[in-house]
Amino acid sequence: MLRNHRMGQRRIVSDEMRTSAAKTLRAFLIELAIYSLLVVVYFFLVLHFLGGWLYGLEARHRYTYAGVAILLMIGQAVVLQNVTTILLRLIRGRAE
Amino acid sequence: MFFPISGAHISPIYLVIVGFVIGILGGFFGVGGSFIAGPALRVVGLDWNFAVGTDLAHIVGKSVVAVRQHRAFGNVDLRLGLVMAVGTIAGAEIGAQLIQMLKRAGNVNLVVSIVSIAVYVSISTFMIWESRKSLATKKPLPPASAGGAKKDHSAFRHVTRRIQRLKLWPMIALPVSGVRAISLWVILLVAFVGGLFSGFLGGGAGYIRMPSMVYVLGIPTHLAVGTDLFEIIISASYGTFTHAIKGNVDILIALVMHTGAAIGAQIGAISTQYFAGPKIRLAFVPLPLIGAAIVIYTMISGHKL
Repeated sequence: MLRNHRMGQRRIVSDEMRTSAAKTLRAFLIELAIYSLLVVVYFFLVLHFLGGWLYGLEARHRYTYAGVAILLMIGQAVVLQNVTTILLRLIRGRAE
Repeated sequence: MFFPISGAHISPIYLVIVGFVIGILGGFFGVGGSFIAGPALRVVGLDWNFAVGTDLAHIVGKSVVAVRQHRAFGNVDLRLGLVMAVGTIAGAEIGAQLIQMLKRAGNVNLVVSIVSIAVYVSISTFMIWESRKSLATKKPLPPASAGGAKKDHSAFRHVTRRIQRLKLWPMIALPVSGVRAISLWVILLVAFVGGLFSGFLGGGAGYIRMPSMVYVLGIPTHLAVGTDLFEIIISASYGTFTHAIKGNVDILIALVMHTGAAIGAQIGAISTQYFAGPKIRLAFVPLPLIGAAIVIYTMISGHKL
């Protein structure tokens, strides 16, 4: 009897895990779709405008370019991480 | 898409996918992933100097994302990372000088290739042996509430303990990593060797630093991954700056690559929470072997990937 009870508990736990994994996967796929859309917009807007300016900076002011390159990279990292975190929170919040 | 700084035409989708794959590897293993990113950029026609410099810039962004994620899990030892950064930068400079010496002697390619193959294969062999032995012991870990989540088994533990007992002043404590006292010189030496390989073989040399932090310093694997990434931010920023001054960085390519890496690094970092230390180390084994395979290919074919 105890054995059957334990097996039943295990089944409930694995069902819960499966449901949770499916929810996470769905949330992740939605996040990926929205994120891809944002990235495409980012390519065409930000990089298009920054491209010329960075090209000029790289040709004329190498030290400034080096500093700006690192700052841009760190800035983008922080912004993108915040965007993905907010997206994930919003999508998961709605799913639950 | 045209990138005016390097004058290259590369598909942004390709760059995002490469960034995504490297992001996952970096977040999970604490490596920069230069052994994949360098050849991946070279394959689409980017000059080798731009491939190296641009990859370093992209590593900075990817590591920032992964470190923030690891820090949220308590996987970053800031004190250890800052101390190690000093040793790494010194080692990277010496490594670069060694390359210059070999260049003047005219045998740089052969020596670097042989050394890198020997190092990559040795690391993989050792890690297979150690992680399988650790997994075979199956000792129960203390519960997570008692701080056990950040501890893991290592078959090399006896050597690590002996190193930690070395009373070579000044001794420092690493409470976040659970190390009561360790000689500052040992930490600097480990960082210096990592930096030396970084300067000598290129990239962030996480494939050497992460295992050395686990086996020599006795840092739990999860913390070694997070702290290594933190240390990579400092050393890769330094590398990006020096390469950018020399005109070897196309920051636009790095920014595009990073859009994929940002999400990959988060997935990698979150995934570490579901694996025990020895399993992460066992999964790490193919990475240095991929590096060795790339070097062997370039030696046989005569092409630089």
